[in-house]
Amino acid sequence: MKLERTELSLIGVAVAVAILAQFSPNWLVFTLTLAISTALVVMGVVMLMRAGLVSFGQGLFYCLGGYAVGLGGRFLGITDALMLVGLGVGVTVAISMVLGLLVTRYREIFFAMLSLAFSMILYGVLVKSHDLGSTDGFGVVDWSILGYQPGTGESGTRAALLLALVIALAIALFLNRYFKSSLGLACEAIRENEVRVEYMGISRQQVLYINYVIAAAIGSVGGSMTALTAGHVDPTMAYWTISGEFVFIAILGGTGHVAAPFIAALIFTLVRTYAVELAPNAWQMILGIVLLLIILFLPKGIWSLFTRKRRTAS
Amino acid sequence: MTEILKTEGLSRYFGAVTAAEDINITITEGEIVGVIGSNGAGKTTFINMVTGYLPPSSGTIAFGGAPIKGLGPRKLMRKGLTRSFQIPQLFLELPVIDNLAIALASAEHNQFQMLRPVRTPRRLAAADNILEQMNISQYRDEMVTAMPQGARKLLDIAIAMLGNPKMLLLDEPTSGVSMEEKYTLMDTVMEAVKRRGLTVLFVEHDMEIVQRYVTRVLAFASGVVIKDGPVDEVLADKQVQELVTGKRKKQPETEGDA
Amino acid sequence: MLTVWAILIDGFIYASWLFLVAAGLTVIYGVMRILNMAHGSLYALGAYAAASALGWYYAGGGEQLWMAFAIIAVSAVLIGAVTGLAIERGLLRLMYGRDEILMLIITFAVLLILEDVMKLVWGTTPYFAYQPYAAMGRINIDVLTVSQYDLMVVGVSIVIGVGLWFWLERTRIGKILRSIIHDREVSEAMGVNVRRMFTITFMIGATLGAIAGGVTAPIISVVPGIGIEVIVLAFAVVVTGGLGSILGAAIGAIIVGLARATSIHTMPELELFIIYAVMAAVLVFRPHGLFGQAIARKI
Repeated sequence: MKLERTELSLIGVAVAVAILAQFSPNWLVFTLTLAISTALVVMGVVMLMRAGLVSFGQGLFYCLGGYAVGLGGRFLGITDALMLVGLGVGVTVAISMVLGLLVTRYREIFFAMLSLAFSMILYGVLVKSHDLGSTDGFGVVDWSILGYQPGTGESGTRAALLLALVIALAIALFLNRYFKSSLGLACEAIRENEVRVEYMGISRQQVLYINYVIAAAIGSVGGSMTALTAGHVDPTMAYWTISGEFVFIAILGGTGHVAAPFIAALIFTLVRTYAVELAPNAWQMILGIVLLLIILFLPKGIWSLFTRKRRTAS
Repeated sequence: MTEILKTEGLSRYFGAVTAAEDINITITEGEIVGVIGSNGAGKTTFINMVTGYLPPSSGTIAFGGAPIKGLGPRKLMRKGLTRSFQIPQLFLELPVIDNLAIALASAEHNQFQMLRPVRTPRRLAAADNILEQMNISQYRDEMVTAMPQGARKLLDIAIAMLGNPKMLLLDEPTSGVSMEEKYTLMDTVMEAVKRRGLTVLFVEHDMEIVQRYVTRVLAFASGVVIKDGPVDEVLADKQVQELVTGKRKKQPETEGDA
Repeated sequence: MLTVWAILIDGFIYASWLFLVAAGLTVIYGVMRILNMAHGSLYALGAYAAASALGWYYAGGGEQLWMAFAIIAVSAVLIGAVTGLAIERGLLRLMYGRDEILMLIITFAVLLILEDVMKLVWGTTPYFAYQPYAAMGRINIDVLTVSQYDLMVVGVSIVIGVGLWFWLERTRIGKILRSIIHDREVSEAMGVNVRRMFTITFMIGATLGAIAGGVTAPIISVVPGIGIEVIVLAFAVVVTGGLGSILGAAIGAIIVGLARATSIHTMPELELFIIYAVMAAVLVFRPHGLFGQAIARKI
């Protein structure tokens, strides 16, 4: 298998981050891990956006992934991180395969609203589940990975980052290929012109369905990693404003490159860390204003800044 | 000669409006058939019904001897029946080469591949080949939005041909194209069609083009086929002259006739 | 039997409230094809405005019930109309002609901004304006006790519903609006000032949202986040009924209202679940809602 330039850069960045993290303060490592986990969910939003769909309900899969980790540890006695993540993916794929049958028939605001409705159903169920801590949620068990127990504290944070990096790298490498593959291009083709896609002999429904299920699975991984990192899950993971944040990050980064959601998620997480402390009542306003500015002046997201610069330089 | 397309009693009503009524035609393999008629005569309705975009109100359609009524565009394309569009249906924000690459991937039944790039060397070569045949190679790496109307028409037809059809329905291939370009465009298309040995049915308003490229003509008026026969005979017909080609001013082309 | 009555009464009261909240949303979508997420903020603004105005009134020793209603109406209409005008003229106007989904995201941004504006203006401590609610008392229907204020909400909702119907079906502006709904381009060509109609429509839709909030203020504690909770309920109602249809919003509100009341009286743990489940179930069988219509693409 020959590696192309983007793939080499992705691997290079992942290795560099892993090394730098060994010398970084704990809070930064923690923030970075959360950003990577968030970026994974956003990748799912981006996959849907490339097919012309905007989901205001990706929090559903984020929450499923998170609760799979929490419940798997609490009721099934699973502590291995990879098995917990896998459990989340399994549950999410099963659920998204059912939901996908319905939602892939919809476009535009109907898709947005329907996906929102499904995530709110999960939210409603979890809020009323008193055994699961209701609105407070509950703590996640101390996890292990392949027999090694990082424990809580600094070693735990660092182990979580390494795990997140490896998983994120694998997913980014996959998506980088996926976006250039037949199926990835078929998604963009559906966004551009559905009539032509059908006349080409391609089933829109099948393409969107596969894309939806993969996006859901990746979102679940993001949720699982967030739960492992933060050590806690609660129903707001499925609340629609969280899904709105994922849409925000996707638009901030743009859909042009697999790296864009990671950069956007990092900016988002860092700014939020400070904003919530310095101006807790202005954080959403900042989000709203930035969102409007991006739509008005940078419709392809911040990633277009990089490509534009490269074009003028060459 | 084997028949390739046969319709019997094909009709379509939109409420009280008759868009097409009792269309009975048989087309044999290798024929190049022209369809004429004023706007609203039912030509596009006919094409939409035959290619599965619009369900007929009544009647039957057979392609290659098998009934195809009720099949959608996707299944019909797989059977070898496809079309081009009066308004080209393209992926505007994608490069021309990708418009073709995805069509080729689908023709190979490889539209669900996730890891192999869509731009394989073989597909690129095939795409370059058809771009050359259509004389639009210069737009290869441009977005479709950068193409003029005539080039878009050609790309639209090229994409249809990449599905390896047996029969191609062209909906007004020269509409929206300037007078000077019309003949070059049709020459290009017809050459590609003949090279592939396709059966073609095309809608056209320009009678000179009809006379030049087809052997048989179907004349539509008010949703009904009023005349079907060799080109000279149909164009000389009194009723056709009155209702279709008539000694009236040439109608300005408007968008579509549903 | 008692439960059935309770479900019917609670269901219709809740349905009336839902219709109040959803009416403005569906009017704006029907005419402008904008699904306005900021509608939730207008609801919250109406609630805050009414709650603080009522607060001043009662603190100053006022105790007339009719004055309280007048205060609710005036404060809600004022803040709704002004904010609606500002959003339409200041932002949406620049964006007309874009995708419906992009407009949705733009109004999401407006919602985020307004949420914090309200926190900056009114702080984060709750506002209460329970006096009109308490003053109206309760009546007994059979063995059930029902708040008269709740019954008044039913009345307001019916008045607004009939008013909207009259406005759209029987007035000159309504006729123009229906022509815009039917075919925007043709009405523009016929000399209709579509932009002005959009401004009027958005202001009216926004005002309806604020009125819903104002009417609700005496029933709830007005806190940050109420708009965000309400908007998804309103979405569920209008999507169930069919986007853009007043009748659809009314029927959607009744269905959702009754479903929720049924759940509360029989299976309370399913309360939130049931609303969206109803919506999803309707969409499975009627992909564009009960009164919605699909638009075919021309090729």
